[in-house]
Amino acid sequence: MNIKDIFTPFTVWSSVLKDPVTIKNPIGREAAPRYRGFHYNDINACIGCGTCEAICENQAIDLVPVEGIVTKSGDSGLRPMVDYGRCCWCALCVDICTTASLRLTNAYTWVDTDPDNFRFIPGVDKKDWDEVQLGWRKPEPNYSFYGLHRQHMGELHAEDRKSSFIEFVQGYSKEQAQQEADRCVSCGICVATCPAHMGIPEYIKAIRNDDMEEGMRILYETNPLPEICGRICTHKCEDVCSIGHHGDPLSIRWLKRYIADQIPTDVNTYQDILGTGNLAKNGKKIAIVGSGPSGLSAAHYLALLGYSITVFEKLPAAGGMMRYGIPEYRLPYDQIDKDINYIASLGVEFKYNITVGKDITLDQLSKDFDAVFSGTGLHLGRSTRIPGSDNENVYQSVDLLRDIVTGKPVPVMPKVVVIGGGNVAMDITRSMARLQMEKYGKVDVLATSLEDEDFMPADREEIVEAREEGCTIVPGYGPQEVVLENGKLKGLKVWKCLSIFDENKAFNPKFDSAQERIFEADMVIESIGQGMDLSYLTEEIKSKIEFNNRGRIVVDADYQAKGLPWLFVGGDIIEGPDVIHGIANGHRAAMGIDRFLNG
Amino acid sequence: MINSFLGFKPDRSLYPKTNAEGKLEIDLSSHQYTKLWLGPNHPGVTGNMAMELTLNGDEIVEGKTHVGYLHRGFEKLIERRLFVQGFPTSIRMCVAEPDTNEYLIAACTEELSGYDKQVPEMAKWLRMLSLEMARLQGLLRGVPGQAGTFSLGIGVQWGTYLRDLILDRFEELTGARVYHMYIIPGGVRGLLPDGFKDRMEDNLKEIDQFIIKIRKLIFNNAVFKTRAVGLGVITPKMVDQYGIVGTNARAAGVKRDVRKDNPYLFYDLLDFDPPTATEGDVYARTWVRWQELIQTVDLIRQIMAKMPEKGEIRAQMPNVLNWRIPQGETYVKLESGRGEYGLYYVTDGSDKPRRVNLRGPSYTHGIALLEDMLVNTNIADVHALMVSLQVCPPEIER
Repeated sequence: MNIKDIFTPFTVWSSVLKDPVTIKNPIGREAAPRYRGFHYNDINACIGCGTCEAICENQAIDLVPVEGIVTKSGDSGLRPMVDYGRCCWCALCVDICTTASLRLTNAYTWVDTDPDNFRFIPGVDKKDWDEVQLGWRKPEPNYSFYGLHRQHMGELHAEDRKSSFIEFVQGYSKEQAQQEADRCVSCGICVATCPAHMGIPEYIKAIRNDDMEEGMRILYETNPLPEICGRICTHKCEDVCSIGHHGDPLSIRWLKRYIADQIPTDVNTYQDILGTGNLAKNGKKIAIVGSGPSGLSAAHYLALLGYSITVFEKLPAAGGMMRYGIPEYRLPYDQIDKDINYIASLGVEFKYNITVGKDITLDQLSKDFDAVFSGTGLHLGRSTRIPGSDNENVYQSVDLLRDIVTGKPVPVMPKVVVIGGGNVAMDITRSMARLQMEKYGKVDVLATSLEDEDFMPADREEIVEAREEGCTIVPGYGPQEVVLENGKLKGLKVWKCLSIFDENKAFNPKFDSAQERIFEADMVIESIGQGMDLSYLTEEIKSKIEFNNRGRIVVDADYQAKGLPWLFVGGDIIEGPDVIHGIANGHRAAMGIDRFLNG
Repeated sequence: MINSFLGFKPDRSLYPKTNAEGKLEIDLSSHQYTKLWLGPNHPGVTGNMAMELTLNGDEIVEGKTHVGYLHRGFEKLIERRLFVQGFPTSIRMCVAEPDTNEYLIAACTEELSGYDKQVPEMAKWLRMLSLEMARLQGLLRGVPGQAGTFSLGIGVQWGTYLRDLILDRFEELTGARVYHMYIIPGGVRGLLPDGFKDRMEDNLKEIDQFIIKIRKLIFNNAVFKTRAVGLGVITPKMVDQYGIVGTNARAAGVKRDVRKDNPYLFYDLLDFDPPTATEGDVYARTWVRWQELIQTVDLIRQIMAKMPEKGEIRAQMPNVLNWRIPQGETYVKLESGRGEYGLYYVTDGSDKPRRVNLRGPSYTHGIALLEDMLVNTNIADVHALMVSLQVCPPEIER
């Protein structure tokens, strides 16, 4: 110690004349632009997926119903409520938010006398900071708590696939399936939208756990046609997938196919996994008319309940539209057989080439069986009825697609025009392209639809793939006339379509005749929808049951025909048209039949 | 102080006596000794911890440390949460430098899941920046705080102001002032905001001034020298005996620094040499920390100069809700302001850690070492000793 040590500390007195550094009004100090303050949720963008609740480590978030928010497809109707007695403002809820609706503002002072107020619904309960734009938001870009991009699905190249009917979608490998399954946040938004309410997050979890048998059991709880549905389902689930709001939706359909593809074709393996080897019979008999998805679904679930099932099919093989409407390149026949063989192995009897209403009456079935389920589908083509549509070279897509399967000769001409923009139109377009390649070595098929491309009912991938295969798609035009020259078909005259529906939302297309085009053609195929053939219903039956204004049979929640207790109806003639609706209402009808017969 | 000023030195060989078993004979009923509990709640104790002191006059003849007032079961809470949910909990294990806990959780999960090589370069620089900023704010409180334990408060006020400036920078970088929750498994949660480096440089210039002022205030101070020199001496032999780490070891002449000995992040790209001293007393420890303050300011400048301008902040990791880490175990350590700070992490293939165990330096410094160092000191020196060992009770108990 020296004398310097005594005096040096006094140099701090030099600070006496400096201004104080203290902030005079700390309450009014604005926090940093990235500050993690109080929550705000854009409730219109929020879909109530609940990932915020799932990731909250303090269980500070609960999803609660909110007045004015209605549960609908793609929206649970719930919104997050935050408990500030638990919250630690880590903002993991913001980082994972699938819609990026949730954020933290940089507001941080809140004085209140009622402790209950600190549990509130951001965005619903009005707060002072609702308009504050600064604060913590989901970091961008390339910062995501889950994979935003779906696994690429291998496909045959367009040049290879257009010359054959071989299935061109190759399916996922184990690694691809597991990586795709990893993207799922298990929010369950898809479950509500799926008509069959399949346990989607659960079977995706089974893929992550590499437990295919468990996956199979989950699939069969709600869907007895996983190979089929895994290939051609309209995947409404993917349309609402929460990941799809800021990334690619999960490939739910391909994941379902992956599970089913891993199980060997042998029906005994199926029975072992699903525990259906020895089903006890309850002595009751059910007749099922039509072996489409609804009939097969009803047959499967009724067989599990012990009923003796007989399926009556007009055509020589089971599957309905799945076999006779969907081309083989999308749904190979061996995969249809795989699903159907298992259902047959449960003791379901199939009687082919029997047309109900002609070979046996519905009345007779009602006497021979305890109940009847009818899922006869939409097998009649609809005509545009434009001038010239009665020409011999104007065809119906459903007829041609059926003829391709049954092996009947199909007319294939050098120039083909298809009218329609739905999936069936794409099916016939691409099938004709393949037949043209076979016959002429080149493709010249044009499909035209009333709707603009963004509103075409066909799946986007169908349109893209059709174009890849050399087909021409011209959306937004309405057919006016089949152009004939000396009775020979020369083409199709179309006008630009301005609108499809009128003010009352009724189908009433408006055209601009100034924008006229003529598509050259040797044959025209109409594919504007299908109709039902209910000729098997006798007048007596028709008088007992009810029809709605669209001509459909009125059924209750159990799909029981109103007025005729022994008749249950499902499939495309009630809902849809698509496979998954048929599967769903076939299942519900099966439960309904069981309730009807057993109370 | 007065005793030493007057040249009075108590003869500890006279009392208390040791018995045949080598234990001290302390008979409280003799009124020669007083039992004094210092803490668990005491303004001079850093956190909640108690020292059971046996006094003769104002001199300590026996000291026992008691912990257990802060146990919140953080390790168990982390073991019951998903891997990504661990880091907001972990920061509470040491309030003084929360970022170190975030880094350890991230590094352990990345190593065991095989993603450690995929952490982006930018994220590693930002991690290093936040860790050094954490060290800086700790030193801004700790160096003048040492003088504060001898009732010299002005330096503490200067330090608090400058620490607040660093917390401002933390606020704009991470979104929070104290619990930053910035280092996340896979990377970090944000890039540097625009103008951050300029504002940081302004702050560092102010800290440069402070460093000079604090030297005059503390190290050329008769009172501080009298109180701190010779107090709580750690010998090099004791370093291995007790497991002493960090500045406590370096002040005793044992140069150990995880940043140098087992470089992590990009510390091997930085130019620095950990300061040391040989005396091993409170004065030497404070002196080493003051030099480390200079060095940390320099390291932050080096990091800001060497880090890339742009880059990815987080690796593409598995979905955090489904993330499972294969069976394995690891021990990851870093050099915190208090010394080697490590996390033992065990995974069993599930979506949650099987075991999380933090090895903090305060366990050694605050329980075993402090207990032995208390003997023969004065009551007034207890806080100085505790602060000089950088005891952080929350980290002892987790």
